[in-house]
Amino acid sequence: MTMIDSGTQATPAEIKQSVAELEDEAITIIREVAAECRNPVLLFSGGKDSAVLLHLAAKAFRPGSLPFPVMHVDTGHNFDEVIVYRDILVEHYGVKLIVASVQESIDSGRAVEETGPRPSRNRLQSVTLLDAIAEHKFDAAFGGGRRDEDKARAKERILSFRDHFGQWEPRAQRPEPWNMLNAKIRPGEHLRAFPLSNWTELDIWRYIGIENVALPSIYFSHRRTVVERNGMLLSVGGPVVLEAGEMPFEETVRYRTVGDASCTGAVRSTASNVDEVLVEVAAARITERGATRADDNFSDSAMEDRKREGYF
Amino acid sequence: MVLRIATAGSVDDGKSTLIGRLLHDTKTVFEDQLSAVEKASTRYGDGSLNLALLTDGLRAEREQGITIDVAYRYFATPKRTFVVADTPGHAQYTRNMVTGASASDVAIVLVDARNGLTEQTRRHLFVASLLGVKLVILAVNKMDLVDFDEATYHRIVAQATAHADALPAPVVLNPLPISALLGDNVVDASTNMPWFKGLPLLDLLETIEVPGDHNVGARLAVQWVIRPYSTEHHDYRGFAGRLTGGSLAIGDLIRVLPGGQQSTVIGIDRGGVPQDTAQPGEAISIQLADDIDIGRGDVLVAAVASEAPIVTDRIIADISWMVDKPLETGSRWIIKHQTRTAKAFVSAIELRHDVATATHSPAESLGLNDLGRVHLNVSVPLVIDNYDRHRPGGAAVLIDEATGMTCAALMIRDSE
Repeated sequence: MTMIDSGTQATPAEIKQSVAELEDEAITIIREVAAECRNPVLLFSGGKDSAVLLHLAAKAFRPGSLPFPVMHVDTGHNFDEVIVYRDILVEHYGVKLIVASVQESIDSGRAVEETGPRPSRNRLQSVTLLDAIAEHKFDAAFGGGRRDEDKARAKERILSFRDHFGQWEPRAQRPEPWNMLNAKIRPGEHLRAFPLSNWTELDIWRYIGIENVALPSIYFSHRRTVVERNGMLLSVGGPVVLEAGEMPFEETVRYRTVGDASCTGAVRSTASNVDEVLVEVAAARITERGATRADDNFSDSAMEDRKREGYF
Repeated sequence: MVLRIATAGSVDDGKSTLIGRLLHDTKTVFEDQLSAVEKASTRYGDGSLNLALLTDGLRAEREQGITIDVAYRYFATPKRTFVVADTPGHAQYTRNMVTGASASDVAIVLVDARNGLTEQTRRHLFVASLLGVKLVILAVNKMDLVDFDEATYHRIVAQATAHADALPAPVVLNPLPISALLGDNVVDASTNMPWFKGLPLLDLLETIEVPGDHNVGARLAVQWVIRPYSTEHHDYRGFAGRLTGGSLAIGDLIRVLPGGQQSTVIGIDRGGVPQDTAQPGEAISIQLADDIDIGRGDVLVAAVASEAPIVTDRIIADISWMVDKPLETGSRWIIKHQTRTAKAFVSAIELRHDVATATHSPAESLGLNDLGRVHLNVSVPLVIDNYDRHRPGGAAVLIDEATGMTCAALMIRDSE
C-alpha cells in the first residue's frame, strides 16, 4: 500500500491558491496606485520580476489596455537576448516603451563612469532613473522589488515615499496599516510602488510556470563562454574584459537575475525549463542576489546605501 | 494557507533572536546571509553568532543593536507558509506594532522571564485586542536565565491571563516557555523543561487554527472603472476592486452605496478571465445589467446581505495616533476609507485608552503612540462596517494634508 501523507506537503492546488492570493494582492496594489497617482510608470528591466509585474499589470486592467507607460533604464551593459525579449514583449502587450539611457547620462555629464578595472553601471542607474522621472513628471514608479531579496528591502513599504532628491529615508516611512496605500505627495516628490513586496523567489517561479510568463532565454541553461571572478561566473565579451591571468572557458549555465552584464553572474545549471528551475530554486542554499550580484556583496548595507540615493 | 504573524516584545526581549532562530532552524537562512551575519557579528558584537542581525537590516539598527522598523520575513515548512511582521518594541515605535498587527492572524508577544509582564507587554496585548488579533502566543523567553523554573513561568502566564481578561475585546492566549538563544521549544521540544507538555512554537504555528472572517455579505469598493473603448468591448464597463465580506455570483442583486441604486451582476472577471462566482479576497471586476453612474469610492453591496453596512458621515472610531503633532478637537485631516478619500473634522475626543490598566480616561488631545477614541465628521458619506465584523469596512487612515504623512489608524466602531 502506498502511503500518501497529504497533510504535510503543499498540494498543487494549495500552491495554485497561495500564488493566486499573491496575484490578487498585487493587482489590488497596481489598480490603487493607478487610480491615486496622476502619472505612473512601470519600470521594466527585462528580468523575471519585472516580467511578472508587467504580466500582472496587464491583467489588472483587462480587457482594457495598460493605463501607463513602461520604462527601461538602459545601462548599455545589456545581454542581447534581454533587449530582443523586451521589444517582443512591448509589442505583445501593446504598451508604450520609454528608454532612459545611462550612456546618455554619462555623455551629458550627469553621471560619471566608475573608474578602476571593473566599472559597473549599476549605481549610475539611480541618476538616469531620477532624471527620467523628473523629465517625464512621473509621480509613481512601479518596481519589481521583493522584501525577501535583501535586508533593507525587507523594511520598505509597498508604497515607498521619495523626497525631492529621490532619497529613501528608512526612519521616516509612512505606516501602512491594513496595506492601505497613502499616495499623497507634494510637487517634486514621488513614490515607488512594489506590488511584489510579499512574493518570494519561489513564488515568482511558480507564477511563471502557472501563468506561462515568457522570459529571456538566458534564464534557462545554455552554453556560454565565462570567466570566474570572485567566485562568480561572468559572461566574457561586452563590458567584461579579460584581465591578466584569467582563463575563459565554456560552461553550461543560466542566470538567476538579469542586471548590468558587468556584474551579474551566471550559475552552473542544467535547468532548461520552469519545472527544472523550480527544483533548483527549492534546493538553493544561496540567495539569488548573493549568488549573482557582485554589487550587493560590497558591504553589509550596500542595498540600503543605494536605495537612499534613489535606487530602485 | 499563509499564516500572517506579528511579533512584539520590549527592547532586549530577544524578538529578533527568536525570528533569526526560526529562520535558521527551518533552514530558511541562506549560506551567504549566514556568512554576512557571521561577519557582522564580529563587527557589532562579541563574535558569537548573533541571529538578531538576520532581521536587523538597517545600518542604524546594527550599530545600536535595536530594531527600528517593521521588517517582513518569509519562511515555509512543508505544512505552511509564514509571513512575519517583526515590529520593534520601544514605546516610541508602537505605531509599527499597530501596522504589524493590522494585517496579522496571530501575534507572538515576547516576555523576558526575568522581568515578567512589563508595561510594554500590556501595551502589546492591548494593541492586539484593539486591532482584532484574536490569537496571541505568549512566548516567555530567556527561560535559560531563570534556570528553566516552572513557577516563574506560571506566575507570568497568570499575570498575562488576568490582563487579557480585562481587554476591550477578548484574545485567546497560547502561552509557552522558550529560550530563543538556545532554541528550547522553538523548533524542537525543550529537554530542559520536561514539565511543559505543550507544542514547541513552530509546531504550534503550523497547526494553529485561525477563526474565519464573518460573512457579512459581498462588498466591493470600486477602485477603478475599466472602459476599453475598443470595437470588441465597446459597451464594456467593469467595476474593479477587491471582493470582501462574502462571495458573489452572476445573477446576484447588488446595491450601489451611498447612491442606493440596484442592479444585477451580469459578468465577473478575474485578471480578464470570466468566471461565474468570486470569493472574498479576489481582485475582480464586475459588470452590471443597468447603466448606473458608478465611480471610484462607491461600494457595491449584496442587496440581500446578512449584515448591511451603515452609510454615514459621522463616525466613532478607536484611533492609534502615529505622529509627533498632536491630535486635537476641531482639527482637520484627510481620511482614506476603502477607496474613498475625503476630509474629516475631529468633533470630539471621547477618551484615551490606558494600555497598562486596560481602562480609559478623558482626554483633550492625543499624542504620538496614544490610543484613544474619537468622533469624526466626514465631508461625504462613507459606507462603513464595525471593524470587528468586517475589517475592510471598518479600517481607515488619517493623512496630514500639509505633509502627506499617514498620521493615524482608525478602527471604526459605530456611527454617531
